[in-house]
Amino acid sequence: MKTWLDAWPVFRQLTGPDPLGRGAAARSKATEGVVSRTATADRVVQSVCPYCAVGCGQRIYVKDEQIVQIEGDPDSPISRGRLCPKGSASKSLVTSPTRVTKVRYRRPYGTEWEDLDLDTAMHMIADRVLEARRKGWQDENDGKRVNRTMGLASLGGATLDNEENYLMKKLYSAMGAIQIENQARI
Amino acid sequence: MAECHPVGFQWVSEAKARGAKIIHVDPRFTRTSAIADLHVPLRMGTDIAFLGGLIRYVLENDLYFKEYVVAYTNAAALVSEEFADAEDLGGLFSGFDPENNTYDESTWQYEPEEPPHSGSDDPAGAAEQDELEDHPEIRKTDKAQAAGSGGPPIAAKPKRDETLQHPRTVFQVLKRHFARYTPEMVAEVCGVEPEAFLQVARWVTENSGRDRTTAWVYSVGWTQHSVGAQYIRTCSILQTLLGNIGRPGGGILALRGHASIQGSTDVPTLYNLLPGYLPMPHAKQHESLDDYCADAAGKAGFWGNKRAYMVSLLKAWWGDAATAENDYAFDHMPRIDGDHSSYQQIKDMIEGKISGYFLVGENPTVGHPNGRMNRFGLANLDWLVVRDLQLIESATFWNESPEIETGELAPETIATEVFFMPAASHAEKEGTFTQTQRLLQWRHKAVDPPGDAKSDLWFFFHLGRILRERLAGSTDPRDRPLLDLTWDYPVHGPDQEPSAEDVLREINGVGPDGRAVSGYLELKDDGSTSCGCWIYSGVYADEVNQSARRRPGREQGQVASEWGWAWPYNRRVLYNRASADPDGKPWSERKKYVWWDEEAGRWTGVDTPDFEATKRPDYVPPEGARAQDAIGGSDPFIMQGDGKAWLYAPAGVVDGPLPTHYEPAESVVENALYKQQANPTIEHINGPWNRENPSLSPVFPFQVTTYRLTEHHTAGGMSRTLPYLSELQPEFFVEVSPELAALRGLVNGEFATLVSTRTAIEAKVLVTERMRPIRLRSGQVVHQIGMPYHWSYSGISTGDSANDLLGIVLDPNTHIQEDKVSTADIRPGRRPRGPELLEFVEGYRRRAGVESGRVGVNGREPVAAEAGEGSQQ
Ligand code: SF4
Repeated sequence: MKTWLDAWPVFRQLTGPDPLGRGAAARSKATEGVVSRTATADRVVQSVCPYCAVGCGQRIYVKDEQIVQIEGDPDSPISRGRLCPKGSASKSLVTSPTRVTKVRYRRPYGTEWEDLDLDTAMHMIADRVLEARRKGWQDENDGKRVNRTMGLASLGGATLDNEENYLMKKLYSAMGAIQIENQARI
Repeated sequence: MAECHPVGFQWVSEAKARGAKIIHVDPRFTRTSAIADLHVPLRMGTDIAFLGGLIRYVLENDLYFKEYVVAYTNAAALVSEEFADAEDLGGLFSGFDPENNTYDESTWQYEPEEPPHSGSDDPAGAAEQDELEDHPEIRKTDKAQAAGSGGPPIAAKPKRDETLQHPRTVFQVLKRHFARYTPEMVAEVCGVEPEAFLQVARWVTENSGRDRTTAWVYSVGWTQHSVGAQYIRTCSILQTLLGNIGRPGGGILALRGHASIQGSTDVPTLYNLLPGYLPMPHAKQHESLDDYCADAAGKAGFWGNKRAYMVSLLKAWWGDAATAENDYAFDHMPRIDGDHSSYQQIKDMIEGKISGYFLVGENPTVGHPNGRMNRFGLANLDWLVVRDLQLIESATFWNESPEIETGELAPETIATEVFFMPAASHAEKEGTFTQTQRLLQWRHKAVDPPGDAKSDLWFFFHLGRILRERLAGSTDPRDRPLLDLTWDYPVHGPDQEPSAEDVLREINGVGPDGRAVSGYLELKDDGSTSCGCWIYSGVYADEVNQSARRRPGREQGQVASEWGWAWPYNRRVLYNRASADPDGKPWSERKKYVWWDEEAGRWTGVDTPDFEATKRPDYVPPEGARAQDAIGGSDPFIMQGDGKAWLYAPAGVVDGPLPTHYEPAESVVENALYKQQANPTIEHINGPWNRENPSLSPVFPFQVTTYRLTEHHTAGGMSRTLPYLSELQPEFFVEVSPELAALRGLVNGEFATLVSTRTAIEAKVLVTERMRPIRLRSGQVVHQIGMPYHWSYSGISTGDSANDLLGIVLDPNTHIQEDKVSTADIRPGRRPRGPELLEFVEGYRRRAGVESGRVGVNGREPVAAEAGEGSQQ
């Protein structure tokens, strides 16, 4: 009898130490059985939100080498654990079913995407870079030495890491490419 | 701020809870306005008039912070007799060249203390430098930025009048310049009633001074204008007059838009900059390393060490191949000689001048103004590489864009070869983002990227490796820079991922002992040190990745110096020497931040002092001192050549030494202050794909602005593809006032069509009092339309693209487009489809007296198309 009544939340609320029914009284067996993904994760990695420039701290929960949850990092003095709708949606960003994870290729005048092996794509791009570089090469312009190519250009986004921007600028400059831009101009 | 930097806004709310007054100046009522104590809706594009009004209020009522202004700014400097102000020339400053639409800045200089150039170490060199800089082409190449953030060299020390009474002191020039920016004029230009203006003026001035500070916060709402740099100049002048720079709770906070947009400026993938705001070498100005460093030779301040920064960068890039004999491989650097910025590139693409293009996490056909022009650019390439998470519109332009529907583009005519290379997300790679307060935060990697997805570090490292393998053994001198490049980063894992920490260490710099340097003060110009980005030097001090520090905020004080690492030298407030008075004492107990400790003989405080630790406040530079040693102990602005904040810019800002109100390039209002309607130095890019709406045209009678929503991210590639965010903001809409809705018969929840000389787009109508018509004193009513710009045809939530409506005109200082204000027509109903859309827009162009916008195949000039390349028409 006691057990049966105990299973009834209102009874627990009326007789127990939780008269408002917001704590222990409202808990059921099912609730007890629920464990958050953050508790069962294999590891937690500290990261930073990829959307805006506030730079909120994130904690990324990983189980079986899959990202199972991304939450705000309460340690961050910037964000104190908070994330806005975009930051809160970042798990769906990294696990999106429409993310493209295979190289896609569209040939000149083509009407369809085609498959392409990653390594082949890298070598094809390298060929084209060398060719564009040659086509647009200028030793001089207006009588002054310029040592550059006008054959290729680049536009980066504002989610590039500093290390990535650095390698890009270094490599492009060494190629002689100067038309290098970023969202930072926009 | 509440909309676009929502979690950052918690600190504004905290400040409000502690008694701060929050003022929101914005044409729209937003979530920020809802929290603010006062919302001031002003006519879009008139902020200089508004801020200029505040400057006048401060000057006329003697409310400026006198000790601060006299000691720390150039207020006392005398301006040359030859200078003529915009007030006297109908809106133009002296030195205007109407042929090139540029200024010769020589008349803006100070009156020298002694004959010109005698203050310089190298008078001949400085004179030559001046001459070169007067070349109109060099002026166009970002002279402001080309000089680095230290500003351009000033020819000589100015004469000073510490009483500020001489009529040619900067102080008096400033006072005269803004004398007509009265509350009534603010009402006339901005449509802000004098009561509201005076309320702002009172709150701002009451909260500035020894005991209190006021902060200003802006974002692209200020930069994306044809006078964007001048907007920020106006605010800087105001904040400097009020003594609000370099002090806690003060400053001007530029809220950058995206995760590492600050980093992308510091370690720039920008055509005119090298890492750390060093200028990209210019063909005419920088023929040798000596030329390149000439402007720093006699310069005070930390830019005086430019040679050490540059030689260390060259050593980082070209290692042993960079020697004293070959100018440290300075000639391995390619040269710029004009405006090579993003929009010029698109024009060049349409004209067939560019073969290949890399888009690395950027979606220009949606995120840039004038999507149609951008798509035409892509359609005329030989090849395009797109690196992203999803198939964004810039990758699918060849078979899905609006121009396919109009018949202007077709897959069968587009030769562009497209490689879509999947990218790793932020969780699948490690590295640093620099957030908006110059703070670098290291991200640890959580998991491996899926499938072919790779980091951009991987992509560029391996692309470089392959290129170098291809060219190995080449004797062509043009291949030397690639072959000599230091490119031996250790790789790890099955994917051969290069080590981001190793790259960060190279950015930090390495000393002669092979150990990471502790900061840029250790850098040398003799080739014994290397450093990839001098301002980031220190991020790897003590061989420790300082950006990965994560001591919880609750265990630290208000400055939280042990969370991440801020450049330079982990300083959280720049120019914080100004938080103390000239003697080094805090201006007040309440605003104590950094001060001189006489007993210890050093600067101390809650932040890293922005000054050499042991330089006394009474230090006077000896004759012949250079670089930081030439900056006095009471000159806090250590990056400026004179250690002072510039109320007036004697050089370096290409559209005038003082901010002046001009109407936007597309305006429905006549300039009430000057005969000159718009900024005379605006950069235009002309072609059938980029027509401009004439100002004051009844065909385009409404003002339009664009903005972001909390729930979406720029061009939408990272938000329109996600279900939660798409559910929160499911479709493209425009905000209009009830008055405009009544005027044009627009119905809430139904479609409206917006038209410009670029194209026409449709959106759902949101009738709201958050948008207010502005009533000017003249009786003119200005209707303003707001559009979020996140949408396009792909993803879960789709719609027309707001940016397709906008044209491209540029701020001449920054080459940033004016897309925060333009004009358009709006009418009820959906837009025409297919070729009818072209007819419809062409009709508008005709009625507005604008040239045709018709194009030939792939957006090329119709003439070129007729001359044998086949035509679509
Ligand atoms: S959670 Fe929101 S506010 Fe924080 S960084 Fe991400 S986008 Fe910005």
